[in-house]
Amino acid sequence: MSAVDPVAIFRVEAGELLDQVEQDLLDLGHRLTDAALVDAVFRSLHTLKGSGAMFGFDALAAFTHHCETAFDRVRKGLAPATAELVAVILSAQDHMRALVDGDAPRADGDAILARLEAAIADGADLPVGAPVVAGGGGWRLSFALPVDAMANGTNPLMLLDELRELGPCTIVARTDTIPPLDDLTPTDCHIGWDVTFAGAVTREAIEDVFIFVMDDMEMTLAPLDAAADEVTPDVDLPPVTDVARADPVSVAAKAGESVRVPAERLDTLMDRVGELVIAQSRLSQLAGQDGGLALRSVSEEIERLAGELRDTMMVLRMVPVATLFGRFRRLVHDLARDTGKAIELVTEGETTEVDKTVVERLFDPLVHLIRNSCDHGLETADQRLAAGKPEAGMVRLSAHQAGGEVVITIRDDGRGIDRTRVRAKAEANGLIEPGAVLGDQELLQLIFAPGFSTAAQVTNLSGRGVGMDVVKRTIESLRGTIDVASIDGEGSTITLRIPLTLAIIEGLLVRVGEGRYVVPLASVEECLELSLEEDLRSRARSLITLRDQLVPFLRLRDLFATGTRPDPWQKIVVVSTGAERVGLVVDQIIGNHQTVIKAMSPLHRDVASFSGATIMGDGGVALILDIAQLVATGQSRDQSREERLRAAG
Amino acid sequence: MTATILTVDDSPSLRMAIRIALTNAGYTVAEAGDGVEGLAQAAATRFDLIVTDLNMPNMDGLTMIRELRKQPAQAGVPIIFLTTESDAGMKAQAKAAGATGWLVKPFVPDQLVKIARKVLGR
Repeated sequence: MSAVDPVAIFRVEAGELLDQVEQDLLDLGHRLTDAALVDAVFRSLHTLKGSGAMFGFDALAAFTHHCETAFDRVRKGLAPATAELVAVILSAQDHMRALVDGDAPRADGDAILARLEAAIADGADLPVGAPVVAGGGGWRLSFALPVDAMANGTNPLMLLDELRELGPCTIVARTDTIPPLDDLTPTDCHIGWDVTFAGAVTREAIEDVFIFVMDDMEMTLAPLDAAADEVTPDVDLPPVTDVARADPVSVAAKAGESVRVPAERLDTLMDRVGELVIAQSRLSQLAGQDGGLALRSVSEEIERLAGELRDTMMVLRMVPVATLFGRFRRLVHDLARDTGKAIELVTEGETTEVDKTVVERLFDPLVHLIRNSCDHGLETADQRLAAGKPEAGMVRLSAHQAGGEVVITIRDDGRGIDRTRVRAKAEANGLIEPGAVLGDQELLQLIFAPGFSTAAQVTNLSGRGVGMDVVKRTIESLRGTIDVASIDGEGSTITLRIPLTLAIIEGLLVRVGEGRYVVPLASVEECLELSLEEDLRSRARSLITLRDQLVPFLRLRDLFATGTRPDPWQKIVVVSTGAERVGLVVDQIIGNHQTVIKAMSPLHRDVASFSGATIMGDGGVALILDIAQLVATGQSRDQSREERLRAAG
Repeated sequence: MTATILTVDDSPSLRMAIRIALTNAGYTVAEAGDGVEGLAQAAATRFDLIVTDLNMPNMDGLTMIRELRKQPAQAGVPIIFLTTESDAGMKAQAKAAGATGWLVKPFVPDQLVKIARKVLGR
């Protein structure tokens, strides 16, 4: 592991610390008097300063030092925590991120420090605790070490040397407590010392010498000019020396429980595991064909191991969505400020785990959706009060796992989506024909159409209506779906369903003509037989009756123009995307198949009907069917056919 | 003769940081990844100072300190442990186990060297 770059590790850790600071500051903004939060911020800043200096980020350390100092004053009650201070430290925190990345203009930092100065100056005239100033007249120190001090590695001679280095002093040993020789254990320490400092030495300097033994030792320290019997108790020693101060979020304690690995290494490992799974399925195919018993048992062993390895690999890539949700609190905070609305963000299910890649790619879509909720969905405080709602609007962000999917919902309690305006806008933009009959879901889905925006005024928050179609496209590229529900006056809910992982899916392997294809198993509802007779009968309208419901079907043989004769017993695989179903007519169902998804080449990326490819056990390639696309095709064919029929009739 | 210091920590990056700091200050540094390795190393060589983390797999720092102090050969060998401010209880436990002193994480190299100088006197 010598290749680990401590600086890179520090960057990651610093990022997390700053995230933590941000969260705590935002909380602090609501609860200015919460001492625990002040402490938390202080400790995070302190850790950042310490590790920054440790890894050579001197500018960061110096800058953070100022913020830390400011918070230290708040922590000690010398200055109040104010909204302005929180705001300054928030922007300071952004500057620190820039410093960590190494591209921060110095002027920015200076400007922030100036504001910081002003922010804590408010409390500057609060009484400052009078520091214990060293008596210029010297000190009388008397101490005895714990009996086991020497055995435990403390060398009294070195303490005496240190005391001598502080300034001129006289040291006298007290030997009255030394036991008789018979009882004496040579490693025990029984000697006490009296030390007299003549010159100016600070109390802290003297105490520092004893930092490691202070808790257990007997020590009295009194100014020389005070009465000889006035003894300073050793309990009020402030343990706040540079060395003794620190943090709960310890850099290395964390490292003890987990190992940081760059994501790209995980990706490489994932690729290898994928290849292993493929090679393994080739092996089991060979072993099944002509392998002896011995080969087959090894092959089964490897199948099990490869399976476990793959599952472990999947878990490694999972991260809680909390990392994602946490970033939105700042967003909502800023949005609330910019719109002048009171907005509360509630998050639920932060521990839900999702593939790392998915989490990253969800960020932008969620930003758009949350902005939309805050900007378009939520009313102003006056409107809300007039409507009998609480003044503060609420945006609820929640996540939970459902089967192989994670469901993320963004719900607001705003005015809801105005369907009349959506329709008017869509008609004006030529997205639909005036007066076209649309289902409610169809109408709502229009907000995802390219170039659509319902905001009467384009604000700088929600952009210019270029967002929602991009959102939909991103979600679909994650093989996810997006649904909208809205109740007038009560708010709207956007539901995203995303597969947990992008790398491997369970698939149903089918044959059409001579080609093999994979249908994602999650979308398969059932498989039926289509006899030649039925096939001929339904030829005219490509619809089958499935439990009293008409389901359109697509002949993949025709769609892919295989030019082969159909098998006498074709099969229909009924697939669905939530509400809509369509049957796919295939020649043969081969069976379940663990599919390691390979992206299509750039040349083939635009081919509809396929979402990717996979390599089979025998080395051949099978294409993965894009179910959403096929269902849409099937439904529209059905409609156009019905329209034609209606026109003909 | 330069002093030889054993650093016991399961984090390679922290061990690296400690080694660099102490080596630059002129000390000779040996490394161990956990308490078990630390004991083995200490049995083979008498170190002038042992710097150990407390949270480690296999054998934690507390146990290692206790084991070391049971051995007469290790009497008087200074042991510095690395801790965090929140671990006040831990500090007391480590002291009771026989540790000499502590260093609070995170630390800058200078602090570590200062402490090494303090307990070693050189």
